[in-house]
Amino acid sequence: MTTNGVPAIEVADLHKSFGHVEVLKGIDLTVDTGQVVCVIGPSGSGKSTLLRCVNRLEEPTSGKILVEGIDILDPEVDLDRVRARIGMVFQQFNLFPHLTVLRNLTIAQQRVLGRDKDEAAEVARHNLDRVGVGEKIDAYPAHLSGGQQQRVAIARSLSMNPDMMLFDEPTSALDPELVGDVLDVMRDLAHSGMTMMVVTHEMGFAREVGDDLIFMDDGAVVESGNPRDVLGEPQHERTRAFLSKVL
Amino acid sequence: MRKTTKRRLGRGALYLIFIAAVLLLILLADWATLQENFFQIDVAREQLPEMITVAAKNTVLFTLIAFAGGLLLGILLALMKLSPIPPYRWVATGYIELFRGLPALLTIFGMAYALPIAFQVNIPGGAVGAGLLALIMVAGAYMAEVIRAGIQGVPKGQAEAARSLGMPAGRTMVSIILPQAFRIVIPPMTNEFVLLIKDTSLLFIAGSTLATREITTFARDSVVTSANATPLMMAAMLYLLITVPLTRVVAILERRMARSR
Ligand SMILES: Nc1ncnc2c1ncn2[C@@H]1O[C@H](COP(=O)(O)OP(=O)(O)O)[C@@H](O)[C@H]1O
Ligand SMILES: [Mg+2]
Repeated sequence: MTTNGVPAIEVADLHKSFGHVEVLKGIDLTVDTGQVVCVIGPSGSGKSTLLRCVNRLEEPTSGKILVEGIDILDPEVDLDRVRARIGMVFQQFNLFPHLTVLRNLTIAQQRVLGRDKDEAAEVARHNLDRVGVGEKIDAYPAHLSGGQQQRVAIARSLSMNPDMMLFDEPTSALDPELVGDVLDVMRDLAHSGMTMMVVTHEMGFAREVGDDLIFMDDGAVVESGNPRDVLGEPQHERTRAFLSKVL
Repeated sequence: MRKTTKRRLGRGALYLIFIAAVLLLILLADWATLQENFFQIDVAREQLPEMITVAAKNTVLFTLIAFAGGLLLGILLALMKLSPIPPYRWVATGYIELFRGLPALLTIFGMAYALPIAFQVNIPGGAVGAGLLALIMVAGAYMAEVIRAGIQGVPKGQAEAARSLGMPAGRTMVSIILPQAFRIVIPPMTNEFVLLIKDTSLLFIAGSTLATREITTFARDSVVTSANATPLMMAAMLYLLITVPLTRVVAILERRMARSR
């Protein structure tokens, strides 16, 4: 889908409260088509909540979210159609444990996109090969390593031919030696032109692959810009304090 | 004394006590009277065919009907109880509290007698139909809680992943949540099934014809006609013949499923 000039994601003055606790305190950001935007920040700063608002897994309290120009907070919007165009990758993989890898990848293709069984399987095979777990097609998720599960989860999202992908700390639940495989897949994806919003603690990835870096703290964007600049010469004390802890 | 020797002696003592108790029972029991009252081979031979073709068949049939109906009702009530819309939750909660709180016997009696009189309605299937409907209503209340717990036992990330792929709420429930909840509820549902098998014996309160007698009613009648308690023993055996293999089969099924995860 071409998005002639319209940003892939546009968030304006986004607020989100859980009960009386305000977790997002007016977020503004733009992700252009083909861009990779990384979000960093301390635990509890609202990164996941922000990401989950973008496909409305969380209901924002107020503000504006446009996905490819479509106001997804409009009550009339067909949320399922919007979501089908936004891939989402979770920290805990969230593969369907009762289904084989193949079925994990085909079920939404068939039920949501209306593809027939053979076509869906063909797409699934292609994407599993792409992320390097093609030989696991008939396995159940429990029989895969964490790194393999996360790559299958990425392939599952890719099989929907999304226009953009959201990643919520995709490598945080992995054993250190398995992180590299997943980052490699994400790097390839970025180079292929996928629009990506990535919450991560992998500063190397953010520096190398990110077009933009957002540092969040306490529900607000403290600082954003070119990853090299933000990581190299942070302008704010809070950014410096955070980076000194993780780098 | 060494520790292991001590333990071995303790175990030996326990075995001895057990053997002594069994011997005492065998010696004290009045075997002749027992056999005459509970194990009359003639009575058994006479009653057995009908007890299987009518009574056992009915027990199994009634249980299956009540279980299937209760399952559907239970799923509906569980979904209502988890609904974001308060009135649905209230209705489901009220229903569950009511029919779990009442003795099943009372509910069966009410459906068979009170309801037809109060509302001038005739429940299809007559007395058995009314009784079965009551069993379904009671089973649905119990199963609703089991199913609700099963649904809530599926990690939230499962629904989130499905919804993120664009799957609608209903499809997510049917294809992703319920199959996983199903695995969680197999043990408690087996329990419900076994309870239901035994609860079919309450159907007599609705009234039964010769053809609709289940195991317990049949045995009670036979005790009267044969003036002997042997049919009761046969009934007990029949129940165990149904329930014990069932729980075995479910245990095997569970082990199989565990392997695929
Ligand atoms: N469903 C929820 N209910 C209540 N509080 C929540 C919920 N989800 C997140 N929070 C709170 O919101 C804050 C931000 O959480 P989160 O977005 O997960 O932060 P991050 O991903 O940056 O670690 C935290 O204080 C967290 O406790
Ligand atoms: Mg988080």
